[in-house]
Amino acid sequence: MNGKILSCSNRVLTPPRLVAGLLGALLFALLPTSAAIGQIAVRGKTVHTMAGPPISDGIVVIKDGKISAIGVADQIAVPDGYQVLSAEIVTPGLIDAHSTVGLAGIYNQKHDQDQIERSAPIQPELRAIDAFNAREDLIEWIRGFGVTTVHTGHAPGELMSGQTLIAKTAGRTVADCVIVPAKAIAATLGPNAQKSDAKSPGTRGKAIAMLRSELIKAREYLDKKQRAAEKGDQGEPPPRDLRLDALGQVLEGKVSLMITLQRAVDIASALRVADEFDIKIWLDGADESYLLVDEIKAAGVPVIIHPTMTRAFAEHENMSFETASKLVNAGIPVALQSGYESYVPKTRVVLFEAAEAAANGLSFEQALRTITIDAAKILGIDDRVGSLEVGKDGDVAMYDGDPFEYTTHCTGTVIEGRVVSDKPR
Amino acid sequence: MRVFGWIVVVAWSVAWLGVPATSFAQERAKAFVGAKIIPIDGDEIDAGTLVIENGKIVAVGPADAVDVPDGAEKIDAAGKIIMPGLICTHSHIGGMRPGSGAADGSAPIQPGVRIMDSINVHDAGFKRAVAGGLTTLNIMPGSGHLISGQTIYVKLRLEDPKPRKIDDFFIRDGDGKMMGGLKMANGTNSMRDPPFPGTRGKSAFLVREQYIKAREYHDKVQRAEGDPTKLPPRNLHYEALVEAMQGKRIVHHHTHRHDDIMTVLRLADEFGFPVVLHHVSDGWKVANEIAAAKAPCSVIVIDSPGGKLEARYVRYETGGILEKAGVPVAFHTDDYITDSRVFRRSAALAVRAGMSRAGALRALTLAGAEMLGLQDRIGSLAAGKDADFAILEGDPLSVYCKTLETYVDGRKVFDRSDPDDRLNAVGGYGAGNSRTPYLCCFDTANANQGGSE
Repeated sequence: MNGKILSCSNRVLTPPRLVAGLLGALLFALLPTSAAIGQIAVRGKTVHTMAGPPISDGIVVIKDGKISAIGVADQIAVPDGYQVLSAEIVTPGLIDAHSTVGLAGIYNQKHDQDQIERSAPIQPELRAIDAFNAREDLIEWIRGFGVTTVHTGHAPGELMSGQTLIAKTAGRTVADCVIVPAKAIAATLGPNAQKSDAKSPGTRGKAIAMLRSELIKAREYLDKKQRAAEKGDQGEPPPRDLRLDALGQVLEGKVSLMITLQRAVDIASALRVADEFDIKIWLDGADESYLLVDEIKAAGVPVIIHPTMTRAFAEHENMSFETASKLVNAGIPVALQSGYESYVPKTRVVLFEAAEAAANGLSFEQALRTITIDAAKILGIDDRVGSLEVGKDGDVAMYDGDPFEYTTHCTGTVIEGRVVSDKPR
Repeated sequence: MRVFGWIVVVAWSVAWLGVPATSFAQERAKAFVGAKIIPIDGDEIDAGTLVIENGKIVAVGPADAVDVPDGAEKIDAAGKIIMPGLICTHSHIGGMRPGSGAADGSAPIQPGVRIMDSINVHDAGFKRAVAGGLTTLNIMPGSGHLISGQTIYVKLRLEDPKPRKIDDFFIRDGDGKMMGGLKMANGTNSMRDPPFPGTRGKSAFLVREQYIKAREYHDKVQRAEGDPTKLPPRNLHYEALVEAMQGKRIVHHHTHRHDDIMTVLRLADEFGFPVVLHHVSDGWKVANEIAAAKAPCSVIVIDSPGGKLEARYVRYETGGILEKAGVPVAFHTDDYITDSRVFRRSAALAVRAGMSRAGALRALTLAGAEMLGLQDRIGSLAAGKDADFAILEGDPLSVYCKTLETYVDGRKVFDRSDPDDRLNAVGGYGAGNSRTPYLCCFDTANANQGGSE
């Protein structure tokens, strides 16, 4: 995995890209060739490790894609031959806890929109790995602002639209990029999943009935498999069903159900379903979650809050810039997201969404956690990413000032020891 | 004279509402003392005083150079920043459906249709706008037509008396007529099934044909010299086009791609209408051509390129590149595309990508006023201008900056310390449009994130 990323990134830097001209290629145009070795150190006047207090004049040493040392610069020897980068502010590579980049392409034309399949309301069997375009320009775009890991996949808009994956934001193929091939099943409650056709839910009550029916079917499917297994050779397992396989993973706790919703009524329903089936859910969007803080906390459910600047109309009319602050301060696990955009801009940048949260009640540290270590914990990838600690992936973002300030630039992005962006953005 | 006429009109309408007609007459002067003042048409003043009276700015300057009039209410503004109210040259707030209103889907060219007949003055978006320090909007009809109809310039008079109808927001000219422009578009925005055009060539043809007919209509009216037997039947569509060609109605032209921008300039040259180029995603590719045509640009700043083919090459750099080429630059929210509460962010991202601070702040204020033909009344802090301003905590280009208070015509229309106003500023339960009477027939097809601009 690691080796693949190293080799593919190397090939990204071939000469044709250098002369390609416009925006995209410029990101790569000035990359030093030594980056191909992947032995690198990043020095920062302030290094936010997210695993302790910030380090003044700190350095992160990355060997073979992993962090081999971190600490105060004058106490750490950088081995010979290492490339040394420096920046005002160094943070872990940012994590976007929910996006659709790679499936929802930049052009917004039929041919590059694979985030939603409209043929049926329930299709958890659709895998994100079969639709992720590693070379999508929007992935390159968010990488330029320090985003190194993205949880992406099927979009909100059907009762269960399909699966999600977790990927690094550099690579030539989906296999190069993916670190978790099936992380969650994307579900939607509320009007965005309601339609007038006979197959789809037309009301909230119908949506929950359909969701429960499907989970019950999956439970029976698992039970049948279990009984067959108990009988050994005599057992007759049910015919394999990709949909029930996928939902079975949710029932077994291997895959989360990420439920996009906005209204308090839908949040309450989601918590009820999670309790009934004892499944792991994430509340996604959750505009009115501030009304149910106690219930969400008691249920131990993380919230991936809507982009802070989400448009305040229709189901989002009661959105608040302060939701992250209210939930974080109540002790609820919170991550921020770029979300799904159906129009212009085609993606948001999670750094900017965290910035608005930092300006609306979250401390700098708290806001940074929602796009680094806390996002990693919710996504279950904190053993690899989310903080700068020895043994973790060498994913680093560099800034020439407070990363949240409008006028600060991201001066470089490193993924597993490789510089993947160095044009100030 | 214009201003005097306008005050008379407001006083008259206030009387009609049954509100005591105290209006602006004999209002006590207010002096905001000690603030950092960003007047826009001059250097920033570290410790300044702003004096307002009867809805107008009376004096502005360094605190030690401005006399506070006897009897004025003195307000300590030390540590705060005062800048002109922000002007959004392209907004869709109140248009009843996100991104819509005025012209319908029946025809691509409908210049006689007015957005003012389609605005919900109770829309929560107006309250959010003043929470962002905005005081003046150009509310645009459309989108999706070659000519979507007439825009309306409004001031967000949200206090004293509370607005009850769009008329309370009007900006009137010296003749008492409400002011506005004409919304046009080209490129893929207005290309669809017939009767809409399917190509760019057809788009330009349809527009030229209408302007030529409008010119002939005007010639007939002139030749009739008021003789009713010779006058052609009145035509609302042609009247609006004639006003544009006479320079009385500024054309606000949605245009993204570089070649579409050049088409707008070609048509403006042929028919002589004043034009502001809006969005201009590809403007950076033809900056010198735009400068040569002396066409001002109202730029949208969005977080990423794409979302439609024409926005593929949108860049944060556009404002700075146009500025360096000598093009007047303003920004706009295109609200709901971007939220008016974070309008200052558009300017800040442009600065991030190379625009000057002064140019970016001007682009939120005076440059916008110029693009609406209102630069003599609003857009900067200068004696004689309308008392439209925002009091900020923090630098206007910082993410941490807060709008504390917003004033329109000297009246406070937003106060962050007021719980209701704060709800609109940060959001929360009850902040949305569900409080408004308009709930029926909501178009769910348009309710998803996006709108149609």
